[in-house]
Amino acid sequence: MEKPDRVKLLETMLLIRRFEEKLEDLSKEQGKLHGMMIVCTGQEAVAAGVSAALEPQDVIISNHRSHGHLIAKGAEPDLIMAEIYGKRTGYNKGKSGTLHIAAPEVNALCTTTVVGGGIPIAVGTAFAAQYEQKDFVTVCYFGNGATDEGSFHEALNLAALWSLPVIFVCENNVYSGAQRQEEHTRVKDLAHRAVAYGMASEVVDGNDVLKVYEATARARAKCLAGEGPILIECKTYRWGGHSTTDQQVYQPKEEIEQWKQRCPIEKLKKELLAAGILSETAWQQMNTKVNQLVDKSVQFAEESPWPDVTEALEDVFA
Amino acid sequence: MGEAVNQALREEMRRDEKVFIAGEGVGVGIHSNPKFPTFGLLEEFGPRRVKDTPVSEAAIAGLAVGASVMGLRPVVEIMFNPFFTIASDQIVNHAAKLRYLSGGKSKFPLVVRMKTGSGIGAGCQHSHNLEAWLAHCPGLKVVMPGTPADAKGLLKSAIRDDNPVIFIEDMILYFVPGQVPEGDYTIPLGVADIKKPGRDVTLVTWSKMLGTAFKAAAQLEQEGISVEIVDLRTLVPLDEEAILQSVTKTGRLVVLHEATRTGGFGGEIAAIVAEKAFSQLKAPIKRIAAPDIPVPYSKPLEEFYLPNEKTVIETIKAMI
Repeated sequence: MEKPDRVKLLETMLLIRRFEEKLEDLSKEQGKLHGMMIVCTGQEAVAAGVSAALEPQDVIISNHRSHGHLIAKGAEPDLIMAEIYGKRTGYNKGKSGTLHIAAPEVNALCTTTVVGGGIPIAVGTAFAAQYEQKDFVTVCYFGNGATDEGSFHEALNLAALWSLPVIFVCENNVYSGAQRQEEHTRVKDLAHRAVAYGMASEVVDGNDVLKVYEATARARAKCLAGEGPILIECKTYRWGGHSTTDQQVYQPKEEIEQWKQRCPIEKLKKELLAAGILSETAWQQMNTKVNQLVDKSVQFAEESPWPDVTEALEDVFA
Repeated sequence: MGEAVNQALREEMRRDEKVFIAGEGVGVGIHSNPKFPTFGLLEEFGPRRVKDTPVSEAAIAGLAVGASVMGLRPVVEIMFNPFFTIASDQIVNHAAKLRYLSGGKSKFPLVVRMKTGSGIGAGCQHSHNLEAWLAHCPGLKVVMPGTPADAKGLLKSAIRDDNPVIFIEDMILYFVPGQVPEGDYTIPLGVADIKKPGRDVTLVTWSKMLGTAFKAAAQLEQEGISVEIVDLRTLVPLDEEAILQSVTKTGRLVVLHEATRTGGFGGEIAAIVAEKAFSQLKAPIKRIAAPDIPVPYSKPLEEFYLPNEKTVIETIKAMI
């Protein structure tokens, strides 16, 4: 297996972290954004690790907690931010907002906020690869809550039946809305649900970006060899609430603190510093660079024009 | 009409390698019958392009959404119109909306075929006409052919269309014979057809009710009342112009559909005519539709449910 560029992985995670922090700030503190923000702070290793094992032609189908997935797949922060601002220059001309961004330019073809709604679609994109004998895989991201949806079960059954090249990535961040995992299902390892469909699966530490990368690389190779699909459960944790309007009354403070001790960014940073691969100076430079990228995206979004109201009537039909 | 749909599928699959079909029993099915639309396709095109699926409506519809965004042209089948409710998240929230959400960047050239219609004694969970629900979702085109020729021409256009198209086939019509043009015969979506010109009243209808309209018109003709039958063929896009022109000519409008009355698509047509051609009307607009009940099983009850020519005749006579 090829070794990933670990410094690059760190930078991707840091960019996602700073992007999400900026969104929280713009939304909560400054009241600049329209609508609630759903951020992935604490879960950066999943998106970064998965995407590092993917090729540009690989497709991702994302869910409501999508910004990290999009950034890691190579989507432009400027265009994501402009979309979240609702500006004409955003990825989807302001029609998607924070919740449904599609960036076909990087094969991020669909972000859906219907819990579990993207899973059947991933079956379709993966079917296209098989039908046309093309070498690409589909990654479908969803949370632990989505595995309770009917669509999850129908889609996994069909994907397995047809041996489709799709990697189902269950980002288990402990919570489904306000429910802890044990309150929404009796299953402990959600990866085990794959057994019901005769599908391979794997449980990985979702806060260890290298582990996520390795699992995805293995899964991708299997899919391309016609041995798909596979379900990977990444065990991670949502530091914040479901969204920026969630007061987190149900989430114990000590639990959040414990998981913060297991920050995926701190973990990799320490390892790289200890191994001499990263210097303190390089770390500082990385922070400066990432902050500049995020600030630039905000500036781009703020300076971008609003869509004309007549544009609301466009793009319904091709 | 079943054979006409079959012809359209066969020709489009021969013409374009990107077209495939999928659904419950589209290859080897419990309804295997030469009069049914997918008969013999597995034999000609093989299991790569004729995909029998498990009983999984949401997965079938999602398959179409995902395959179409990759450039394939899926034609999937939901066995009966009411089962669309299980697939409705994929159709309503995804197929219909994802192009808009992409800001016009992505296309979803898919067709969902659904069988429908009362009169087969299958009861309400197999026979509920839900076209108004679908027409209510911006982003979907809705087609309901009433003749074999229209079925062929419209389905071929639907498959070539770059948008999600819902194609609803009444099963009773599968067994009604009719001429079907050979070869590459297409009918554009959104063009109504004046199936019978007339002078005194406009009768707007679609799908199976077309036959009822013809029977009523023939009888009324003998009594000196001339009925113009406007077959919409597609509800979305809607040929408003054809409706308005006809009403302008006749001054009277009756809308006839099999679906239940409240919230039915007939209300939409009545509203359009009331808004745009009110001054042309010589009599109040009338809707003829099924009563607001689930389709009953018992034969006399099912016959009571279905609008019939007697009601059409009485309604029209009372208007003139």
